[in-house]
Amino acid sequence: MSFLDLKNVTKIYPNGTKAVHETSLSVDEGEFMVFVGPSGCGKSTLLRMVAGLEDITEGDINLDGKLINEVDPSERDVAMVFQNYALYPHMNVYNNLAYGLKNRGIDKETIEQKVNDAAKLLQISDYLQRKPSMLSGGQRQRVAMGRAIVRNPKIFLFDEPLSNLDAKLRIQMRLEIKKLQQKVGVTSIFVTHDQVEAMTLADRLAVINNGIIEQLGTPIEIYDNPKSLFVAGFIGSPQMNFLDGNIKNKTLSAEGFEIKDIDSDFEGEVKLGIRPEHLSQRENSLINLKVDLVEQLGSDNLVYGQLKDKKDFCYRCPGNLTIEKGTDLSLNIENNKYYIFDKSTGKRVN
Amino acid sequence: MKIKPLQIIAHIILILGVLLMVVPIWISFASSSHDSVTILTEGMKFHIGDQLARNYNEVLNEKGGWSEEVTAAKMFINSFIMALGIATLKVVISAMSAYALVYYRFKLAVPIFWLIFITLLVPLEVRIFPSYKIVSDLGLTNSYTGLILPLVASATATFFFRQFYKTIPDELLESAKLDGANAWSFFIDFLVPLSKTMIAAMFIFMFVYGYSQYLWPLIMTTAEEYWTVVMGMKIIYTESYEGVALPRTAERFAYIILSMIPPVLVVVFLQKWFIKGLIQTEK
Repeated sequence: MSFLDLKNVTKIYPNGTKAVHETSLSVDEGEFMVFVGPSGCGKSTLLRMVAGLEDITEGDINLDGKLINEVDPSERDVAMVFQNYALYPHMNVYNNLAYGLKNRGIDKETIEQKVNDAAKLLQISDYLQRKPSMLSGGQRQRVAMGRAIVRNPKIFLFDEPLSNLDAKLRIQMRLEIKKLQQKVGVTSIFVTHDQVEAMTLADRLAVINNGIIEQLGTPIEIYDNPKSLFVAGFIGSPQMNFLDGNIKNKTLSAEGFEIKDIDSDFEGEVKLGIRPEHLSQRENSLINLKVDLVEQLGSDNLVYGQLKDKKDFCYRCPGNLTIEKGTDLSLNIENNKYYIFDKSTGKRVN
Repeated sequence: MKIKPLQIIAHIILILGVLLMVVPIWISFASSSHDSVTILTEGMKFHIGDQLARNYNEVLNEKGGWSEEVTAAKMFINSFIMALGIATLKVVISAMSAYALVYYRFKLAVPIFWLIFITLLVPLEVRIFPSYKIVSDLGLTNSYTGLILPLVASATATFFFRQFYKTIPDELLESAKLDGANAWSFFIDFLVPLSKTMIAAMFIFMFVYGYSQYLWPLIMTTAEEYWTVVMGMKIIYTESYEGVALPRTAERFAYIILSMIPPVLVVVFLQKWFIKGLIQTEK
C-alpha cells in the first residue's frame, strides 16, 4: 500500500452537488502530487477531504497505513497552506509558527529550536517578531509554509498558495516550494488551476475535471500523450489547436487537408488536435494559415491566424523568424505529432 | 500653511460643538464649589468658589435616607459594582452565545438567533413584574446578584459579536483546527484577541447602560445599603426640608459631577483599545 491512498472517494454536498466522483488515487512517500483543473472541478474539495476539513460521503482515505476517514483534522498530522495563507493576524510570526506546536504540548525549548530552524530554512528569521500585516505577500507566503514545515507533518497540502502573488514572485516562490519539498522530502499535494505551475512542480500530475481524474501521470507523459480532449486542451500553453474532422478507411479528412494512413481503426466524427509548437513552415504543406496577429515573446513568436474555413489557429515559431501580419503560411505537422479524439466521447483514438 | 475659509468654518462648528458639550459640565462643576445661598441668590456660577472641599466632603460622607445610614460614597460603590457586573457578564455571555451561533452549525441556530434578537422588543421595563417575581422567588432581592443577573443577557451585544465573527475568514478556523486548536482554544486564542476592540466598545456601552439603570434597582432594593447613584439623584432632589432649610443646590451639583466620574473613567481607560482597533482594520 502506498503512503496516501484514496479509494472510491466521493463527495456529495448537502444540496446534492456532486463535487468528487468515486476517485481513486495513491501518492507515494516523498512524492509531489499536483491536482490541476479548472475552477469548480473538485480539486480543492479532494484536498480538503484529505485534510479532514470536508466529510467524506463515500470511500476510504488511508494515510500511512491508517484509515483516516473519521480522524479529526488535528490528529491527522497533515499541514495545509491556504490560498490566503490564513495567518493568525493577532500573533507575530514566531507565535504563528509556534501555535501548532504549543497545542501539541511540546516544551518551550524544543519549540524555540524548531521555529528557529524553520525560520532559517525559509529566510524569515528577521521577521519573527513582526505581525503578518507588516509583511509583504512573499514573506507571508513563507510564514504560511513555515507554519506547515515546523510541525514536521506526514503530508503537506497546498491549496492554490501562489495565486495571490504577482507574476514574478509566483515564479520565484514556485521554484522555492519545489526546492524546499526536495530538501525536506515531505509528501505533498498541491492544488492549482495554473497548468504551468502544475507542470513545473509535479512529480506526478492529476488532471481533474467535473470531479473525475481525467488523467494521472508525470507532466511529460500527460503533455506528450493526453488521453482525452479535455486534458489535451488544458495542458499546454498556448492551447492545442482543435479542428473538426472525419475518419474513413484510415484517412482523416479535415477542412482543407487530409492525413492518410493514420494509426487508428476509428471511423466517424473526430477532433484533430495539433499543438502550436509541433508545427513548422514548409512549402506546399497541409495547413494554410493567414496571419492575423503576432505576439513576440522574445524567445518565441506566437502567430495567430485563420485557416481557410475561418477557424482560429495558433502557431509557435522561434523568435528570430519575422512574420508579417497578413502573410500566408504553409505549415507542416512535425513528426506526425497530432492527436485524434472521438468527437462524441472526447477519448483519444490514435 | 494657508488657512482656507472652509477650514475656519469647520473649526467654528467643531468649537461650538465642544462648547455645547463642555459648558454645562463646567457650570455644574463651578457651581458645585459655591455656597448654596450664593447660587440661590445669584444664579449659577462660571468661576470656582471657595466651598469646593466642604460640599464634596458633605455629599460623599453625609448619611442620608430614611435610616440615615447610607452615604453617597456607598451608592457610588453599589452602582460601580452593578455596572461592572452587568458589563462584564453581558460581554462574556454575548461573545460566547454568538460563538455558538456562528460556529456550531446546528439546525436551530438561525431561529434561536432571531429569538434572541426579538428580546430587543421586550426591554426590562416591559417585563418588570415577571422579572421581579422570579428574582424575589429566588430570594435575590436586596443583593448584588439580584441587581445584576436579570440584566446580563444582551441581544444587541450578541448581534454585534455575531456580525463580527461572521467576517472572520473560515480559513482561520480551518488552519487553527489543523494546528490542533479545539473549540475552547479557538475562542480564547483567536476570537477573543481578534475582537478586543469589539469587547472594549461593548464594555463601554454596557457599563453606561448598567450604571444608568434606575427602575430595576428602585424596585429590587428595599434596603438602603443597595441604593445606587441614580436612585440617590432622585432622593437628593426630593429631600424633605425640615423647617426653613434651603434646598442644597451646591451639593446637588457636586453629586452630579461625582456621578459622572465612573463612566468617564471607563471610557478613558478603554479608549486606547478602542482607537487602536479603529486604525488597525486588517484581520
